[in-house]
Amino acid sequence: MSEMSREEVEALISEVLEVYPEKAKKDRAKHLTPNDPELTQSKKCITSNKKSLPGVMTIRGCAYAGSKGVVWGPIKDMIHISHGPVGCGQYSRAGRRNYYIGTTGVNTFVTMNFTTDFQEKDIVFGGDKKLAKMIDEIETLFPLNKGVSIQSECPIGLIGDDIEAVAKAKTKEHGKTVVPVRCEGFRGVSQSLGHHIANDAVRDWVLGARDDDDSFETTDYDVAIIGDYNIGGDAWSSRILLEEMGLRVVAQWSGDGTISEIELTPKVKLNLVHCYRSMNYISRHMEEKYGIPWMEYNFFGPTKTVESLRAIAAQFDETIQAKCEEVIAKYKPEWDAVIAKYRPRLEGKRVMLYIGGLRPRHVIGSYEDLGMEVVGTGYEFGHNDDYDRTLPEMGNATLLYDDVTGYEFEEFVKRVKPDLIGSGIKEKYIFQKMGVPFRQMHSWDYSGPYHGFDGFAIFAKDMDMTLNNPCWDKLEAPWKKTEEKAEEAAVAANS
Amino acid sequence: MPNVMIRKAEGKMTLYVPKRDLEDEIASIEFESDDKWGGEITLADGSSYYLDPIPMPSLPKTVRVRRAKEGI
Repeated sequence: MSEMSREEVEALISEVLEVYPEKAKKDRAKHLTPNDPELTQSKKCITSNKKSLPGVMTIRGCAYAGSKGVVWGPIKDMIHISHGPVGCGQYSRAGRRNYYIGTTGVNTFVTMNFTTDFQEKDIVFGGDKKLAKMIDEIETLFPLNKGVSIQSECPIGLIGDDIEAVAKAKTKEHGKTVVPVRCEGFRGVSQSLGHHIANDAVRDWVLGARDDDDSFETTDYDVAIIGDYNIGGDAWSSRILLEEMGLRVVAQWSGDGTISEIELTPKVKLNLVHCYRSMNYISRHMEEKYGIPWMEYNFFGPTKTVESLRAIAAQFDETIQAKCEEVIAKYKPEWDAVIAKYRPRLEGKRVMLYIGGLRPRHVIGSYEDLGMEVVGTGYEFGHNDDYDRTLPEMGNATLLYDDVTGYEFEEFVKRVKPDLIGSGIKEKYIFQKMGVPFRQMHSWDYSGPYHGFDGFAIFAKDMDMTLNNPCWDKLEAPWKKTEEKAEEAAVAANS
Repeated sequence: MPNVMIRKAEGKMTLYVPKRDLEDEIASIEFESDDKWGGEITLADGSSYYLDPIPMPSLPKTVRVRRAKEGI
């Protein structure tokens, strides 16, 4: 939207908001703004992390989704019980494509669904006994599990079950970590509070397990990858770069991660935070309690990856810095070839994003490396500090939207006319039917990984495959085509 | 009485208020000696908090502060 001025964007926003009742209009106006890269504080221009308005179509999830789906779910050798009625667990299982290594059902359990399947009698008489019985059954049927987490669904909080007591009793009985997580869906305004609750549960029930145990041999180059959920293998393509640089990755939080990795994280020298939104809490805690510094990094697109690799290397000694340059030199021909191939096909295309977590700002670098321009971006559940970090990444007067509603998003797309949209599965078919190429950017549209240099090649191929797909010219029925277009087609066919 | 975390990043001292997602540079601290540290803390955006003086802690540190005046 570089061609749209600030006034035009403001006019567009007020025009789109015209249909709302007065009160709703006033509220929504605070969440939509043209970007001003000069501002250092987002609270001056945009409001975020507020309750969605009743009646609008929001795309947010709940605290349970944030805890079970995002933070806890990918820990592969633990069993995550969806404690409550069956639906929450069943409809969220295996959807996020957190890849992992292991034999599912034997020593890893990520894609399985464990639920206490609440019935009326459990609501009336309480479900603690059922939960205790289930943990016993899990011990019998899946003896190789390394721990259990109890992910509360809404009714648990409503009926006041004491899952902490069950957890303590079963930890004693079986000698394995049992973590009660109070992530009832009604808490907070979005999945974001679920991340926070999950982080706090890790802090209170897992993190300190090896505080008095120094048997783990540390090196000066120990790091942990925090906030990488290994979607389509993302954490792996990040990890190899760090390892080639000479660092030792002790833990992956939480994609392809294990509980013992999490217990070992307090021994590392540096925490590398990819998803700031969902795991800054635990990083801040570790900094205070264990004195482990943390830094954010961005492995989307070669420019940002190189920047991040150098910033990470700068935290260590010269051997790492030298190896870092070697790594960059090694991969440079690879990504140069990718850019040479795809940039001419994608140059100048305009993209609108609406995603969650870290991606609304992190993937901008990937698009820019391919010569594409991000003309609008927004977070489902971002907070002020996310927007603080987004403002300098975006161009002047580009559109920012927080918790955008279905209606607003459609109207923005109709007016801004981007060449590509990146958002979730619920938006995908609406926009494809409107004739706009679309990538589902939550789980990389069943592709990936997108992190690192290897991921960039896949990213570029995917974007090209979507944008330059011949189907986009075929959306108009042949008899509705204007004569001009028919002539063009005839010329093209003859030539 | 919000709980805030004071940390040092890249040589600058910042104050983080988790409930408000506010992280801003500290412009000035009233007392900065080793045995008396705290007092009125002013942030870069003009808002200020009051911390009962404590001996200089090792940062980062979570402390309980009072809002000194409504400036945000």
